[in-house]
Amino acid sequence: MTDLGHFAYWITIFLMVAGLYVVIARGNLIKKLIGLGIFQTSVYLLYIAPGKLVGGTAPIIAEGFSVYSNPVPHVLILTAIVVGVATLALGLAIVVRIREAYGTIEEDEVLRSDEDEPRRGGE
Amino acid sequence: MISTHLPALQVIVPLMAAPLIVLLRSGRAAWLIAAAVSAASLACALGLLARARAEGIVSYALGNWPPPWGIEYRVDAVNAFVLVLVGLIATIVVPFGRASVADEVPAEKRYLFYAMLCLCLAGLNGIAITGDAFNLFVFLEISSLSSYVLIALGRDRRALVASFQYLIMGTIGATFIVIGVGLLYLQTGTLNMADIAARIDEARETRPVLAALAFLTVGICLKLALFPLHMWLPNAYTYAPSVVTAFLAATATKVSVYVLLRFWFTIFGQSLVFERLPMPEIFLALSVLAMFVASGIAIYQRNLKRMLAYSSVGQIGYMTLGISLANVSGLTGSVVHLFNHGVTKGAMFVFAAGIAASARTVDLDRLSGLAKRMPLTCAGLVIGGFSLIGVPATAGFITKWYLVLAGLERGSLILAALPAASSLIAIAYMWRFVETVYMRDPHPGLADVKEAPLSLLIGGWLLIAICIYVGVDSAWTVEAAQRAAERLLVGVQG
Repeated sequence: MTDLGHFAYWITIFLMVAGLYVVIARGNLIKKLIGLGIFQTSVYLLYIAPGKLVGGTAPIIAEGFSVYSNPVPHVLILTAIVVGVATLALGLAIVVRIREAYGTIEEDEVLRSDEDEPRRGGE
Repeated sequence: MISTHLPALQVIVPLMAAPLIVLLRSGRAAWLIAAAVSAASLACALGLLARARAEGIVSYALGNWPPPWGIEYRVDAVNAFVLVLVGLIATIVVPFGRASVADEVPAEKRYLFYAMLCLCLAGLNGIAITGDAFNLFVFLEISSLSSYVLIALGRDRRALVASFQYLIMGTIGATFIVIGVGLLYLQTGTLNMADIAARIDEARETRPVLAALAFLTVGICLKLALFPLHMWLPNAYTYAPSVVTAFLAATATKVSVYVLLRFWFTIFGQSLVFERLPMPEIFLALSVLAMFVASGIAIYQRNLKRMLAYSSVGQIGYMTLGISLANVSGLTGSVVHLFNHGVTKGAMFVFAAGIAASARTVDLDRLSGLAKRMPLTCAGLVIGGFSLIGVPATAGFITKWYLVLAGLERGSLILAALPAASSLIAIAYMWRFVETVYMRDPHPGLADVKEAPLSLLIGGWLLIAICIYVGVDSAWTVEAAQRAAERLLVGVQG
């Protein structure tokens, strides 16, 4: 029962590990960013899930309600979502520039093409 | 009147300058604003340092929401010192780096460059000043996102790859930090750092708190580039525009070291981190590896900026070494090294920017005999190198002195000998530079190379002057660092 009661955490941990695995294991830069997105999303769940109380309502004092859910995690995660969107947008923008400069978005091909290239001085 | 609002101004001024610069769309105005903002930032930081000295802790309730409900800005001897470093570096690098920016950043992007620099400054100031754990993450991302953009602005296409790698590593690090903060929030129900510290005792030995400590430590160590988590740093420093390298190398990793100090000492407390868990042993091992392996790699670099970048990874080892010793001398050494290394490496990267601007390359193979063409720049780099080695009368010596003292206080000759021994490696890589630029015949490509632009020379030599000044008369920095160390060791009670 307790294991089932923690199912939100199991999902969180699964998403966290899956996202991190994709970031590390995939060579395609877009797939890396997708993994990063999943990894960040898992954290949203980590914050939101404990904020929910069974039977809890919005924290407005009113007749007949005594159990309230905590709204602070939602506010925090709203901020974290904005950060996540900004990171993803910047990441994709850099991938576009990499594609323009190298003609590929596969990490190993990008690295190889810099090795093959004759040295162009330090800069 | 203005003095009460200094903590808010410290962040608001650079934060508001960024959109203003974007609206004005002029490279020249952008530079003027960024320079003024940097100076204002330094002035705020000095004001706060004076207030923190007089009052102990300066607490500022943002938006007048009293802590722990609202976000609190909280300045004490530790972060006031870090703020002064960030302000000082910005005040020298931004105004005097103009020639290098003009050389490396296309004209139509220059105003955006300065907007990003202001955002980065706002983020770094925010990380240092905030007393709220989640707010710290937000500022961390502001500074990180703007530094990814700044790095990607480098001329070489490899800057893009370096920026992308840093984005991946930096985001993983920052996400680890949010996970840690989230777990702490679950256990204590608060995000205010002082409040967490007060409540964490009840939950000290629970698994979520230990997991939070692990996540936070790894996340912060990614940001501060502790050896073996430093992989993003050399490429980012090498291919970023030279001014960006000078600014980030002197501030970004230092602010991250501060974050580690804050979480370990102020929030988790020494008894958990240093007595219950084997953190000092792990950190000692990694610091020593950084001091020897990363510095060793620096010897084999053919690119001046990359050599200095690996040397930075090695120098970070000194900071974490002092932390792992966890006595007043060790922490004083660590905190004072934030300043000493920031000033030294800032100066060296400013000179590297001068070389990049005049000689069009920072490849050591093509810089042979450079000292005949650029004597002032090369002399400055050599003095900076003395400070990295720890020659007396330079800033680096003060650090080494306190680290050796800390080792002796722990009763271990080996610990005391380590910082001295790793100086030998610094001698090796600096000797390579000296041998190349002073003792070889000038490279044919350098025939009509002139001394670096005057502004970069002035900027670099100003930083070198500070580096020598704090090496000769270390009273101010060491006293400030000692106060910071004592404040950290007091921990929660403060």
